[in-house]
Amino acid sequence: FPGLADVSISQDIPVEGEITVPVGSHSPDEDYSTLDEPVKDTIMRDLKAVGKKFVHVMYPRKSSALLRDWDLWGPLVLCVSLALMLQGGSADSKDDGGPQFAEVFVIIWFGAVVITLNSKLLGGTISFFQSLCVLGYCVMPLTVAMLVCRLVLLAGAGTVSFIVRLIVVGAMFGWSTLASTAFLADSQPPNRKALVVYPIFLFYFVISWMILTFTPQ
Amino acid sequence: GSGRSGAPGAEWGGFEDNMQGGGSAVIDMENMDDTSGSSFEDMGEMHQRMKEEEEEEAEGEAGAGEEEDGEFLGMKGLRGQLSRQVADQMWQVGKRQASRAFSLYANIDILRPYFDVEPVQVRARLLESMIPVKMINFPQKIAGELYGPLMLVFTLVAILLHGMKTSDTIIREGTLMGTAIGTCFGYWLGVSSFMYFLAYLCNAQITMVQMLSLLGYGLFGHCITLFVTYNIHFHSLFYIFWLVVGGLSTLRMVAVLVSRTVGHTQRLILCGTLAALHMLFLLYLHFAYHKVVEGILDTLEGPNMPPFQRVARDIPVVSNAVLNTTAKTIALTL
Repeated sequence: FPGLADVSISQDIPVEGEITVPVGSHSPDEDYSTLDEPVKDTIMRDLKAVGKKFVHVMYPRKSSALLRDWDLWGPLVLCVSLALMLQGGSADSKDDGGPQFAEVFVIIWFGAVVITLNSKLLGGTISFFQSLCVLGYCVMPLTVAMLVCRLVLLAGAGTVSFIVRLIVVGAMFGWSTLASTAFLADSQPPNRKALVVYPIFLFYFVISWMILTFTPQ
Repeated sequence: GSGRSGAPGAEWGGFEDNMQGGGSAVIDMENMDDTSGSSFEDMGEMHQRMKEEEEEEAEGEAGAGEEEDGEFLGMKGLRGQLSRQVADQMWQVGKRQASRAFSLYANIDILRPYFDVEPVQVRARLLESMIPVKMINFPQKIAGELYGPLMLVFTLVAILLHGMKTSDTIIREGTLMGTAIGTCFGYWLGVSSFMYFLAYLCNAQITMVQMLSLLGYGLFGHCITLFVTYNIHFHSLFYIFWLVVGGLSTLRMVAVLVSRTVGHTQRLILCGTLAALHMLFLLYLHFAYHKVVEGILDTLEGPNMPPFQRVARDIPVVSNAVLNTTAKTIALTL
């Protein structure tokens, strides 16, 4: 087909148009773009948003701020710090350090994905990433518990320290579960809340169990 | 030309209206369910409009070019035709790929009817899974529900993790979590498929979802047994639980299967296989992943020594010691 060599589509059928994605509907100026602002402003704004969400987790109230502007920075930071702190515990062989970090990571993200899918299949109105965001942020009390456990273990591992750790981890586990159900259970039909709460309970229970049974080498 | 640039802009406007939440510039997958304003219908309309405009232009050019050389017009018309066909083909391929991707997302909705349960129903089914049915001449009803079985499998994974941690099982290839998930899901999905295949061979009236549901609820007995015996380490206690609790849930599954099968040989094959696999799995889970406390076992079972011996290490020594002494005192007073 010698004639086809000259065919160039761009001449005959141009595809033109504009794709504008609204960044913030509250900004009155249409030409406002966050690309030109100094880096410090961007970072401070994102840090403030993350910090505000942490406060919402600390005092779980019925507010939709956590849901509306979801982001995954907080969960990532929490997950990585928790995985780092849980690394290197109760292992005999030296090649067990690696899988434990990956283990925690996979548990948290895989568990969060499963819970989200479950709540969507049960008829929830929350979106995928919003649910991931809430579940990730509510890992924060458990990260605090891990810190406390490590500090307590520095003082020695005995009966008293075990009881203290048990109480702390138990309290933080309850807090995490309550905080996440405060956000997630509202999006479900009212008679099915228990069906959504149970996997969340199991998820945080597994994480709490990993924290409680951690013994440093 | 300039007339065309306005049309795509207006078409894309419909897309903007579907955006959820003014703050985020993210496409919410939930909105993909609503196909009005979806980009592919827009592409279709755009393409249609471009076709119509081209035809108008071609007519216009045909009218204007009558004075020109006929051959030149013929070449131009042919070129336009070919390029239009190529563009058409490209659009078809793109549309096909996108609808394939879309139907992949919509596959989640295929699972939706299997999760349509109430908490009361789940509780009722959990309790029923331990009660063997008496009527085996009449096909028993099995609820094709996947929420309960899935949650039971995850609970079993959690219990297994607990058992592995306290027994200090050292996994060389892979992780603790991977092993636990692999074991439990492998059992649930693998044995269900195998039993479904056998049921197909033996002409039993059961569907795959029902088989998954039946086996999943049968794991409730396993969960109870393992939960108790991972914390209280008495072999005799485990054997009692194995026979009673494991046996009850196996009996129920077997009875339901028998009620749906005709013919003695077939019933025997199906039930024998299921009972053997179910009970052996519980045995395997107990012996592969639990801690043997040497001192207590030595006094209780002389000749009945289990094959695995592991040295107890320190983890929650207190809780185990407390539970063991409590169980011992209860056993002694009874």
